[in-house]
Amino acid sequence: MKSAQHPFQFFTVSYLTRVGNQTGLNLSGLLDGLEKCNDATIFHHTFQSLSKHHFLREGFSNDFAQWALAACNRADLAETLAGLDIRDYLSLADLRTDLRRIVADYCAAHPQYAEQTAFEPFYFCEDIEVTVPLGVEAGTLEEFRQGVEQLTHASLYFHFISSRLRLQLRTNDFSIWLSTSMGMNALAQRLNSIDIYTNTLDGVRTRLLDLVHQELTR
Amino acid sequence: MTVAPPPLQTPPRSQPRPPHLDEYAPLLGAATIAELRALAGPLQARTAQMVNSTAVGGGVAEILNRLIPLLQELGVAIRWDVITGGNDFFEITKAFHNALHGAPYNGRRGAFETFLANNEQNRARMNLDAEFTVIHDPQPVALINARRPGAGHWIWRCHIDLSRPNQTVWQFLEPYVLRYDGAIFSSPEFTRQLAIPQYLFYPCIDPLSEKNQPLEPEFVGKVLSRFGIDPKRPILTQISRFDRLKDPVGVVRAYRIVRRYFDCQLVLAGGGAADDPEGGTVLEEVRQVAGGDPDVHLLDLPPWSAMEINALQSASTIIIQKSLREGFGLTVTEALWKKKPVVAAAVGGIPNQVIHKHTGLLVHSVEGAAYQIRFLLSNPALAAKLGEQGHEHVREHFLITSNVKSYLTLFLHLLRQT
Repeated sequence: MKSAQHPFQFFTVSYLTRVGNQTGLNLSGLLDGLEKCNDATIFHHTFQSLSKHHFLREGFSNDFAQWALAACNRADLAETLAGLDIRDYLSLADLRTDLRRIVADYCAAHPQYAEQTAFEPFYFCEDIEVTVPLGVEAGTLEEFRQGVEQLTHASLYFHFISSRLRLQLRTNDFSIWLSTSMGMNALAQRLNSIDIYTNTLDGVRTRLLDLVHQELTR
Repeated sequence: MTVAPPPLQTPPRSQPRPPHLDEYAPLLGAATIAELRALAGPLQARTAQMVNSTAVGGGVAEILNRLIPLLQELGVAIRWDVITGGNDFFEITKAFHNALHGAPYNGRRGAFETFLANNEQNRARMNLDAEFTVIHDPQPVALINARRPGAGHWIWRCHIDLSRPNQTVWQFLEPYVLRYDGAIFSSPEFTRQLAIPQYLFYPCIDPLSEKNQPLEPEFVGKVLSRFGIDPKRPILTQISRFDRLKDPVGVVRAYRIVRRYFDCQLVLAGGGAADDPEGGTVLEEVRQVAGGDPDVHLLDLPPWSAMEINALQSASTIIIQKSLREGFGLTVTEALWKKKPVVAAAVGGIPNQVIHKHTGLLVHSVEGAAYQIRFLLSNPALAAKLGEQGHEHVREHFLITSNVKSYLTLFLHLLRQT
């Protein structure tokens, strides 16, 4: 069995949520918050929020969309916000720009809703990331398969989804390793194409393991 | 309308030993336990201390009774201390508690001095030298006076809603709070604008406790039979004290609307009527509104009825929590853990748990509650899906193991900051 040039090190991640001193009482307030909050806040309400709700298969994309729907009853705005795919973003600054643009455009088109008080405020929070090695390494594809099988949702999310921000690339830790350390470019690409929005994280894992299994039994 | 007979069991049930970490593995997966061990790795033999005001009774003591043994099992050298005080001190802290929730404060003269003197007495007798010190709630807040410059990390864990405090009491306590390295709140709604970091730790339930463990169907059947509830017809249940803020009258009104379309029963179960004069009044008001309907079951249960409440929740078709104001709403957490579809008011910490149309349905009125209950009774597949997703939501965020993870993460963060 082929061995990796460098073993894959599995990590786990945990997030400490810090509540900011800013709230949005209406859509204008949301827009103001989007302009002033830090990148860790954008991460919390988009990337991390998707991770926290990994068990939902449909309809939940980020906190901003959910709030626009549940607290402001603005289904059209919610739909547009939910349409943002975090995999398209390599920087939180770009994601923030698009979020601001969507909310600003909506407020401009519907000024009567911009100041309408929401059922509940939007509380801007941010995440502090704490990572720890799991003490598990993979030197072969089979060991990689076993490692992925044992990962928690947090760890899977860290390596497969939020890694894009760290890497600043449209890929993930697994695909990078498969490509650079194992020379398996095609498998790396297939993994990177798994849809995270129409699958639960467990569904993503199953699909990922299927692809690895196919490669192992080829 | 039925009146509650005495519950099946009588107190006291012996305090069960706290579960070990591995006992959670069948519910949460071995990987989750391994993850906690990995997070605890850098914290081996690090010292920590938690201080609160009571060892038994109340939600905080209930959580600490489970949390401390689990953190110890993970290798953190953590201990738990309880402050002492006389009746005068606890009368003052009770008044503080109510005032911080927004009630008027009519404290007696010298109350602040008595409060500080008591904290000072506790400081003198306690060893407060851990690397991480977590002080729970306002009662021991002034123990921060024990902090030596630059020594250890001090965190204030606030379990109450501080969003609209009585200003007299808050202005007295705030200078102490601001000397901590951070504060932990149970919901973003409960925080204030503070100059120290405010962290979010959700309250939690223990899936292995009497109130949440799976029950034998025979036991559930016995409880229903005992209370005269028909297991063959839909059961709508709200578990809460007989308190106007829980809007039991509104629940009966919503049930009335639902009854026009569905042959269902309503169970309002909770305590407070026997030991709280206002609870008795509220129960009487509800009884009046129920007007002798044999399908409305008003159950005033004693505090040791955890398994009976578990059984009622488990047997329910829909769980309602139509509060007008709410803390975090752990009865909602319990219901979601049991995979029940929940119709709940969008107040307090409930929207953290009930994500509208994903893990339950949020409502803002009696009519809204009635409509959503009818909707779920007409769509059992959707109701089941909400229940399943609610269960996963609780598993991810609102179990005691999540609380363990939060503390490990906080300690690691503080450690790495230094």
